[in-house]
Amino acid sequence: MSVLIYTEISKGRVKKASLEAVNYGTKIAELLGTSATAIVYNADAAQLEEIGHAGAKKILSVKGNADSISQSVAIEQAAKAESAKVIIFSHDINGKAVAPRVAAKLKAGLVAGAVDYPTINGNGLDVKKNVFSGKATAVYTIHSDVKVISLLPNSFPVTTSANTATVSDFAPDLSGITAKITVKEVKSNAGGGNIPLPEAELVVSAGRGMKGPENWGMVEELAKILGATTACSRPVADMHWRPHHEHVGQTGIAIRPNLYIAIGISGAIQHLAGVNGSKTIVVINTDKEAPFFKSADYGIIGDAFTVLPKLIEAVKKFKANAN
Amino acid sequence: MKILVAISNVPDTTTKIAFANNDTEFNKAGVQFIINPYDEWYALVRALELKEANLATAVTLFHVGLADSEATIRKGLALGADDAVRINAEAPDAFFVAEQIAKYAKENGYDLILAGKETISFNGSSVGGMVAGILDYPFVSLATKMDVAGTTVTLEQDIDGGSQIVECNLPLVVSCAKGMAEQRIPNMRGIMAARTKPIKVVEAAAGDKLTSIKSYSLSAGRTACKFIDADKAEELIALLHNEAKVI
Ligand SMILES: Cc1cc2nc3c(=O)[nH]c(=O)nc-3n(C[C@H](O)[C@H](O)[C@H](O)COP(=O)(O)OP(=O)(O)OC[C@H]3O[C@@H](n4cnc5c(N)ncnc54)[C@H](O)[C@@H]3O)c2cc1C
Ligand SMILES: Nc1ncnc2c1ncn2[C@@H]1O[C@H](COP(=O)(O)O)[C@@H](O)[C@H]1O
Repeated sequence: MSVLIYTEISKGRVKKASLEAVNYGTKIAELLGTSATAIVYNADAAQLEEIGHAGAKKILSVKGNADSISQSVAIEQAAKAESAKVIIFSHDINGKAVAPRVAAKLKAGLVAGAVDYPTINGNGLDVKKNVFSGKATAVYTIHSDVKVISLLPNSFPVTTSANTATVSDFAPDLSGITAKITVKEVKSNAGGGNIPLPEAELVVSAGRGMKGPENWGMVEELAKILGATTACSRPVADMHWRPHHEHVGQTGIAIRPNLYIAIGISGAIQHLAGVNGSKTIVVINTDKEAPFFKSADYGIIGDAFTVLPKLIEAVKKFKANAN
Repeated sequence: MKILVAISNVPDTTTKIAFANNDTEFNKAGVQFIINPYDEWYALVRALELKEANLATAVTLFHVGLADSEATIRKGLALGADDAVRINAEAPDAFFVAEQIAKYAKENGYDLILAGKETISFNGSSVGGMVAGILDYPFVSLATKMDVAGTTVTLEQDIDGGSQIVECNLPLVVSCAKGMAEQRIPNMRGIMAARTKPIKVVEAAAGDKLTSIKSYSLSAGRTACKFIDADKAEELIALLHNEAKVI
């Protein structure tokens, strides 16, 4: 028996969401009296060590093309080889492509987007997740023998220890694959900070209140000095003031950073659906009746065009003192 | 090429959510239901565009749900789908839905299966990938563009930190996201035509119950917002550092 955790390398590092998953999987392994095994593609020695520090006792190291179908097959085979009872993913872009496929292949119940640690319920596991776009939570019981859980990114802390993992090479048998996806071209998103939005801990977001794309300099500067990633409301992306990958909300991406600063965004329910999981929300708006203030922790009633320069100065001072 | 579009029936986004039976069931009373926005705006509209361009021969709606979702299905027919299939069962989870879709698509020769990116009710993003897993078809998740030439489909999809253009052969499962098409409003002719379009009702194939919902609870709201004077930006920074401890 074991708990298997799917981990990924991105931009030369183990993804933060993957470290969260390793931590989470290690906790479940303790709960079930077994140990945690991670599976990772194309990791170097330092990355393997980092996965060990996050709690994995063993790492299956795979080399080769990591397209979603090959990965599904590898995880399926690893799950069988390791007699995995629980398989952990991150509920991020890649996890959404791979986890359901693996779950279906293994006839394993899947809870997608867990926000809490599971509890044992007979032979099942109870797992909490958000439903109705964050308006509520539901506790699911997974009844199947093998269970799959994907975690909502940024929902769990990452703790590390001196633990090291044993590493073994794992070569999946890909000969049975018939389904094929051929990648023709990869495009990377320019700008928006180096940390992808779903993983960002600090986010500076702006809406139609900014009046036009030419005014985003202030927003970007605030994000830059805070080390934050930029986001926007939907109309802003629709009008091409900002790239569509910055669009957060129900139809964009859902995020839950530690800090979400919303500038000139009214706080429509569809916008809130993507951001109300943020730990702390700051709202800057000229309209004291803006609905967003009802979902905010801190608010400034004021014009972004005068508040932002002051805020940028204040952050600069704060950063200078902190150094 | 025949296209099957999986549509789910969800509470309108602005609905106040409530639960019944000791918080074990979603309370449907007084709730306005709509087609899940991703299924309607992106999956269905793109399917209709492909048919209008003579690249598809049929667009069928597929729904797992009870008779109370017929109004939602009619809306999809009014937008232009040819016909609809309703599996007469309350869907317990994504895998159950996926099994029904997979079986029907296979038996009836649908070679392109479109789902939405996720439902705005259960937010699983799971059904499409599961259908592909069951049928061993390729699955292109979070697709923002899709073009068809013969049996080759070219798509653009979101990936970590960007997007990629991929090519697949039919049969294929796709989950559709923003960018794929523009929302349409049904016209009078469509609404009239929808009244006589067939909705085939089929009893559910025996499915596996892999998960179930034990209880619900409403998310806790925030405590009152603390207002800071617009001239005192440094006060906000101090609060974020000392009180919220986020910077
Ligand atoms: C099914 C559906 C899905 C949707 N999905 C999303 C989604 O995913 N994400 C999303 O964001 N929206 C979504 N929307 C749209 C949503 O309903 C709102 O229309 C949108 O969020 C409004 O964007 P906004 O706040 O930028 O603009 P507005 O609503 O126009 O608000 C602008 C705000 O800026 C303030 N303001 C104006 N000038 C200034 C100034 N100088 N300084 C400071 N403040 C100022 C105004 O008081 C106002 O509150 C969806 C809608 C539907 C129907
Ligand atoms: N009851 C249902 N009937 C038909 N299709 C569904 C149903 N539930 C979900 N789907 C499809 O699966 C997609 C993803 O749903 P989910 O995995 O629940 O987020 C939806 O956007 C629909 O296309």
